[in-house]
Amino acid sequence: MSEVSTISTPAVIGISLALFLIGLLGVMVRRDLLFVLMSLEIMLNAAGLAFIAAAAKWRQPDGQVMVLLILVAAAAEVGVGLSLVLRLYHQFDTVDGDEISLMRG
Amino acid sequence: MQLLWLVPALPLLGALVLALMGGIMGRRAGAVIGCASVGLSCLVSVAVAGRFVTTHVSVFHQILFPWVTVGSLQVPMGLWLDQLSLVMMVVITLVSFLIHLYSVEFMGGEADYSLFFCYMNLFVGSMLILVLGDSLLSLYLGWEGVGLCSYLLIGFWHRDRNNGIAAQKAFIVTRVGDTALAIGLFLLFWKTGTLDIRQVMQVVAAPEMRAVAFAAGLLLLGGAVGKSAQIPLHTWLPDAMAGPTPVSALIHAATMVTAGVYLIARTNAVYRAAPTAMLLVAIVGAATALYGALCALPQRDIKRVLAYSTISQVGYMVLALGVGAWSAAIFHFVTHAFFKALLFLSAGIAVQALGEERDVYRMGGLFRRLPWAGWTFLIGAASLSALPLVTAGFYSKDRIIWAGWFSDQGSAVFGAAALLASFLTAVYIFRVFFLVFLGHPHHEIERLPGRPMKLAVAVLSFFAITAGFVGMPQILGGFSPLLDFLSRAVGASTPISSRGEAGFLVLSAIETLTAIWFAYALFVRVPAWVVGLAKAPGYEMVRQFALTGMGFDSLYDRVVVRPYVAAARLGRGDFVDVFYNILAFFVWMSNRALSATESGRVRNYATGLLLGAVLVTVLLLLR
Repeated sequence: MSEVSTISTPAVIGISLALFLIGLLGVMVRRDLLFVLMSLEIMLNAAGLAFIAAAAKWRQPDGQVMVLLILVAAAAEVGVGLSLVLRLYHQFDTVDGDEISLMRG
Repeated sequence: MQLLWLVPALPLLGALVLALMGGIMGRRAGAVIGCASVGLSCLVSVAVAGRFVTTHVSVFHQILFPWVTVGSLQVPMGLWLDQLSLVMMVVITLVSFLIHLYSVEFMGGEADYSLFFCYMNLFVGSMLILVLGDSLLSLYLGWEGVGLCSYLLIGFWHRDRNNGIAAQKAFIVTRVGDTALAIGLFLLFWKTGTLDIRQVMQVVAAPEMRAVAFAAGLLLLGGAVGKSAQIPLHTWLPDAMAGPTPVSALIHAATMVTAGVYLIARTNAVYRAAPTAMLLVAIVGAATALYGALCALPQRDIKRVLAYSTISQVGYMVLALGVGAWSAAIFHFVTHAFFKALLFLSAGIAVQALGEERDVYRMGGLFRRLPWAGWTFLIGAASLSALPLVTAGFYSKDRIIWAGWFSDQGSAVFGAAALLASFLTAVYIFRVFFLVFLGHPHHEIERLPGRPMKLAVAVLSFFAITAGFVGMPQILGGFSPLLDFLSRAVGASTPISSRGEAGFLVLSAIETLTAIWFAYALFVRVPAWVVGLAKAPGYEMVRQFALTGMGFDSLYDRVVVRPYVAAARLGRGDFVDVFYNILAFFVWMSNRALSATESGRVRNYATGLLLGAVLVTVLLLLR
């Protein structure tokens, strides 16, 4: 097989890492549950990007299979997550994750 | 006779069933189980007694199951039936059954109806274990069970704080005596190496065991003093009136207070071997008989009169034990059980009829309106004050006074004290009778006794009159099967010469009749000099002194309670606590720190996950 990509593997991994950290930061900092869900999606895609890069580097199809799996999982997660957020909004009239806590700690 | 085990087992089973299922069964079922268990137990004990008497066996020993097995020590749970425990058993079950029957109606409006019967059954069962047990250990088991149930029942109306305090007082004061008893039992076990009562008594009777017998005698007396409410541990009994009336009747007549009398009668070998301890028993008894009668005189609360009366009458029994008249003491227990239960139950009818009015000066005029209570109270009062010839109390009490005066261990002091107390007894009880049942009515009658209550007092009235005819004095034919029967178990009583008995009987009869006339003159006619006396200086002080039980309560309060409370306050912040306080502080701090992490905020948890993942990664890289 010939060289498909002109971008070097470490660069792709670096972008993937940056995406993952952005997502993680979003999960930790954002209070709006919708943004938390979006951040989670970013993290999943970052993982998928790393798989693509690795598959290209080693010339193996396994990584691409994994990406498809991740996409399916992400779609399912968004479905469940959004419906949960919707229910929470009906219940508490807010989607602020900190407000929803019923704990006293 | 093999059915003997059923006698204590039935009430205990009843208590168990009521405790487990009392909440779900109806009131009617609770009452039926509570009564039937004791009633059946009574029937069985009468049947066993019949077999026992007709087959002329001297003892019957039934070993039920191995109970305590530690090393070489083996204590089986066994029942020991001889003449003494037989008489106690029959009287206890019969009187208890009648009191249960009475309670069915008396406690009818209570919320914790089946719980009440549960406690009552447990009470009766414990008392039966106490009198039937063949070892010192089972005696002690019953002893403690009785103490527990008295606590539960005195404080039965626990919503009123004072009742709880009275219950605690009864428990703590008798505990002083219980501790003495426990030490006495340890001593006996240590010196004799066995717990079987019969063997212990045989060993203790040996001449070289004199010192042990003396010490054990004093310690057992301590136990008896606590449970039987003798001076100086009697202070719990008047306060025990906080419980419902049937409970008072049960505690005073059939169970609890007579446990001490039984204990001394059962261990009489100890006292035979230690005449000094026996003399002390007699002194305690005579002093208490006189004390109780004096304190009963000025009481306004009808139940408190009866409480002091019990103290006084049990004092008679203890006096009889102290002068070696073992059978006479148990004879008086039998008659006392009937007439004191009767007095409490008929007083209960009167009190309930007047809407819980217990002040004798505010009851008045009940004889016509409550004939059932009036007649039965009259019979009980006559029996208590030993009305000559026709009542049971006459035969039993005069035998004690007679023995106290003329037996070898007796003396004129004991006899005179007993005679004076007997005079006062007739005065105080007929004072109550005249004030409550004659005179002017103060209240409307709110309710009349129903069939169970009438039946109970009627049967008790019958026995309060006839129970004495089985112990006739020599001069009246000497028909005394009960006393002869008892003396086979407790041994021959100290001999008394029957010379001058006729004169003595006449004297005591005149004394009782004078006392009743005296009470009539004093409290019905109310002559002018009595009114004058009441205004005399010092009279009020004397009255208050007797009314408060001659200052025993305030004495104990000053000598024991207050120093103890002060010491407890002083010890509150001592150095021992520092260590535990630091420990508690650490626990509290870590609790605070950990509960802060459980915030319920999702992003905090996510941060925690991240930190954990980083930590694990770093650890893996550093490996």
